[in-house]
Amino acid sequence: MPLPTKDILGILADNLNQRKSVLPISSAAATRWAKGLDLPKGGKTVLYTGHLYQLIPIIDAMSGQMAKFEDSALTKYFGLGRNVNKFINMTFFMGMMASKDEQKDYDRMLRNIALLLKKADVDFGYLYGEELYSGALVYDEGVDGSFAKHAQRVADMFKKNGVEKIITVDPHTTHTLRTVFPEFVKGFDIEVKSYLEVLAESGIEPTNQITDDLSLHDSCVYARHENVVEQPRALLAKTGAKVNEPRLCGKNTHCCGGPLESLFPSESHRIAGNRVEQLKEAGGSIATMCPICLVSLRKAAKGSVKVNDLSDTLAKAYGV
Amino acid sequence: MSRVSSKMALAVKCSDTFNADACMHCGVCTAVCPMGIEMLPRKLFRYVQIGLEDKVKENISTIYSCLLCGMCAENCPAEVNIADNVRFLRKYINENEFNLS
Repeated sequence: MPLPTKDILGILADNLNQRKSVLPISSAAATRWAKGLDLPKGGKTVLYTGHLYQLIPIIDAMSGQMAKFEDSALTKYFGLGRNVNKFINMTFFMGMMASKDEQKDYDRMLRNIALLLKKADVDFGYLYGEELYSGALVYDEGVDGSFAKHAQRVADMFKKNGVEKIITVDPHTTHTLRTVFPEFVKGFDIEVKSYLEVLAESGIEPTNQITDDLSLHDSCVYARHENVVEQPRALLAKTGAKVNEPRLCGKNTHCCGGPLESLFPSESHRIAGNRVEQLKEAGGSIATMCPICLVSLRKAAKGSVKVNDLSDTLAKAYGV
Repeated sequence: MSRVSSKMALAVKCSDTFNADACMHCGVCTAVCPMGIEMLPRKLFRYVQIGLEDKVKENISTIYSCLLCGMCAENCPAEVNIADNVRFLRKYINENEFNLS
């Protein structure tokens, strides 16, 4: 039996309604990356993580368990699981299973981004424990009632803190806030830009020339929905890195398979495997700009090729 | 025998999200879909347009297995916003079949 769509979506929506995130994590896990960076609390411009990078190690631990359920007789117990989850936050236990090394890895990517912005003289703050998840997954799955209520909560959080500009770190959060929020939240007019756009506009210059050989994987959401295609290329062009374009790139990029991880894990892995092959043909190590792409392609590559977040390459070249 | 559902037909008619009127059934969407699902999206949209709710419900797992990656819409010569249509169908099923909103 495939995984039960109704029960899984129910758990995600219940979590969003009751605990303000599809996979609620502790404030410590959400803000740990910022330790020691001395980022001011709040401000007119804030760096908004939307919790996606922080969630990946937990999603990874969870999806390993879910894949075991796929095609197993145990899928019938998901309904029971949904009822239990209403009273006990099951994500908490999944969080305990997440790899500490992986958490450090994803925290470092967020630190890279914050340090790059500092280097570019961008004046920004961070909302720390007040920051909420964006609601992106629930929107994609069409649970619009829950999403609408949550979007209002997120918009109120920004309003309460007097935020006028938001800098995002991943494509899903960028798209949700920039394109979807104005449809769901009356009067939402806060400027939203991805850190790649902000850095490209800043005129930041590299401090080191690097010799990395990269196969660049565009995110579907950045490229097709948010028109973020040229910015990462412009930032890389200054660094000396060799950028190889796969056959499907830019607006015609090929999905990493990640969006199917929660409902159809084996299909998700098949798509990721196809994409890894295309990226390998282009040559070099794979660079991604979305944490979901990163984890999907890394799993599919099984160590046959390095897969890194673009922020690691940029951090190295721009000296942060 | 499939029956026409006036409920679904009305929901589609009243929606400002679902719109596949411009589809000319050229099949580019199916050809470029990374999932390679023959049903997605044109056959499915045809069922929706003529109100065949039973047929749509037979394809629930197809509807949730769309990646929403947008490769189809990017290449659609009629500029149909395919991912928005798929999201509309998820919303309809969530509300009418799964009791989720």
